[in-house]
Amino acid sequence: MNAQNIENKPKVRKETKNKIRVDFERAPLKERLKAKFLSLYFLKRVIWYIFRLILLIGIAYIVLFPFFSKIAGSFMGPDDFVDVTVRLIPKNFSVDMYKAIWTENHYLEAFGNTLLLSASTALIQTFICCFVAYGLAKFKFKGNGLVFLAVIFSLTIPHQTLQLSLFMKFLDFDILGIVQFLNGGGIELFGNTFLEGVVDIIPDTEEWTKVFQDGYGMTLTNTYWPLIIMSLCGLAFKNGLYIFMLRQFFRGVPDELEESAYIDGSGVMHTFFTIILPLSVPMMITVFLFAFSWQWTDDFYTGLFFTTNTETILMPDIIDVPASLSKDYAGQNLYYAAIRNTCGLMLIAPLIVMYLFCQKYLVQGIERSGLTAD
Amino acid sequence: MTSEMKVKAPKKRKVASLERKKARAGWIFVLPFVLGFLLVYLPIIVDSITYSFCEMKVVGGGSKPVFEFVGWANYENALFKNPNYVSTLLSGLADMVFDIPMILIFSLFMAVLLNQKMAGRAVFRAIFFIPVILSTGVMESIEAGNILGDYMEGAEGIDDGSGESTASEIVSSMDVEKMFSGMAVGQGLVEYVTTAINNIYDIVNRSGVQMLIFLAGLQSISPAIYESVQIDGASSWETFWKITFPMISPMILVNAVYTVIDSFTTDSNVVMRFISDQYNQPNGNVISSAMAWMYFLIVIGIIALVAGIFSAFVFYQRRD
Repeated sequence: MNAQNIENKPKVRKETKNKIRVDFERAPLKERLKAKFLSLYFLKRVIWYIFRLILLIGIAYIVLFPFFSKIAGSFMGPDDFVDVTVRLIPKNFSVDMYKAIWTENHYLEAFGNTLLLSASTALIQTFICCFVAYGLAKFKFKGNGLVFLAVIFSLTIPHQTLQLSLFMKFLDFDILGIVQFLNGGGIELFGNTFLEGVVDIIPDTEEWTKVFQDGYGMTLTNTYWPLIIMSLCGLAFKNGLYIFMLRQFFRGVPDELEESAYIDGSGVMHTFFTIILPLSVPMMITVFLFAFSWQWTDDFYTGLFFTTNTETILMPDIIDVPASLSKDYAGQNLYYAAIRNTCGLMLIAPLIVMYLFCQKYLVQGIERSGLTAD
Repeated sequence: MTSEMKVKAPKKRKVASLERKKARAGWIFVLPFVLGFLLVYLPIIVDSITYSFCEMKVVGGGSKPVFEFVGWANYENALFKNPNYVSTLLSGLADMVFDIPMILIFSLFMAVLLNQKMAGRAVFRAIFFIPVILSTGVMESIEAGNILGDYMEGAEGIDDGSGESTASEIVSSMDVEKMFSGMAVGQGLVEYVTTAINNIYDIVNRSGVQMLIFLAGLQSISPAIYESVQIDGASSWETFWKITFPMISPMILVNAVYTVIDSFTTDSNVVMRFISDQYNQPNGNVISSAMAWMYFLIVIGIIALVAGIFSAFVFYQRRD
């Protein structure tokens, strides 16, 4: 039968215009299954698959558990923290913590202020970093390497090292003495002051004197300006990293794309805005996501520049035990910890929502970045 | 720096002018950063260094403080008079030396794992990147010494505060120690592994960006290389060490440097926390400047060392 089959063509079972079903001589199903599933190769793959799954689930658990515990704790009543039988499932279900934090810690106000601050700085940072990174990636000019070195340098020095001078800079903000000159302070050169009081265009109204209360420069503390100025210069938190990531991404974009645009008569700026930026949306969303959420949870800069936390309430300020919840009892420490965790949970709730929408782009942005370190 | 001009025009003069045009455009693009760097950042750095040699005097309420030059006094104060600075510095550096290899190994391992095709890969990726977004800034300080998580996980009563023995150590360090003591490996390695297991949460939290960078690096390796070694019959172990590792080695350098930088700016860094505490003490802000600059110089030294060691082993694929 075998020999016959080789000689003859495979037996045609059914033939239509564009489909054909043919009977081939195959090993029986049992043999095939045996070959497939009883081999060492298959065993190895199954073991690896299970091992990998367990490992991934385990680490996912480590990442997610703090959030579970925060959520569970946030719904517990005060009595649950002294009850040893209560662990992850609350017995006295209550939403008092949310209510108290919402009203007493000025959640909505903090939310609005932080949204304004984070959204504006993150948008500025995204665009400025794109700009700088594109310039570094695609143009050959004298000093390109030097500028890139400066970017890395600005990433290397932690702002904690500079906190005193950062604060002093924005307490009395001035660039090259221009503000001082316009304010009638004259020009300071080698310890001498020239032309003092020649130009004084800044009016002496109450609003302006408030701005200049500390010397001739502008006092920018307790406003959003320090962070906005730093974002405009690409010097804010981790901006060096964004510039580095975007530079690598732009270098992966083929030069032919721009060249053809130039030949068609498009200018450099026009090409950048109409061709390059639309291409890099996933990458830009990634950078925006980083910039936004790092600014959102930041307490270093806000703590440094907002010296009075009564005027502008920002997100980090809501982490406090509301007065109506203060309670002196055996489970106090744990209860207060749970309240602080609930504050944290409410703080990051908007970020979680945003992450759910953006994580697709985050992964996409990474996959397309084609990062190389040469 | 490898991008080259592919403009070929018949007249040489024209090429030069286009090149000049492009160079000018390049300057326009980087202008915001250059201006900010020169006019805002450099003065801040110069000020910071100057302050570290000064004494701060607050004159009157609310107005600007006055700085007086005092020479090396702040540095002397930090190094010889402050009882805790030197020991904190040493333990902080020891932590760093411990953490960097751990974070690098872990993030590379996870990136390789998350790069494989499998069911639910997108979900796992989304979960593993959560710490990058959420566990920063304030959240980090809430998480530091958080007794709620320990309580929720604990099987018996409230933790006595010693920080030992929570159920989070799925494999307790004792088990691992027992397992290793059977083998003939050094005591140091055993301790290293057990500490790493106890700190797994910290390590997972801190390897987010590194994981992203590694993943991006893995994505950029051409599939054709893997295909050809598969045809040549390489096992996946060999493929990893002969192909993936060399190809990813530039990323290891980048990540090593990034991890050093990152680990000395996080709130969980003991030295940084110590310096921040100092900042809020009377006349502490100038001393904290001095401390921060000394620390920074040491870290720059470490970065140079790490970069030097790694760059000797880095493999660059030639791209033509």
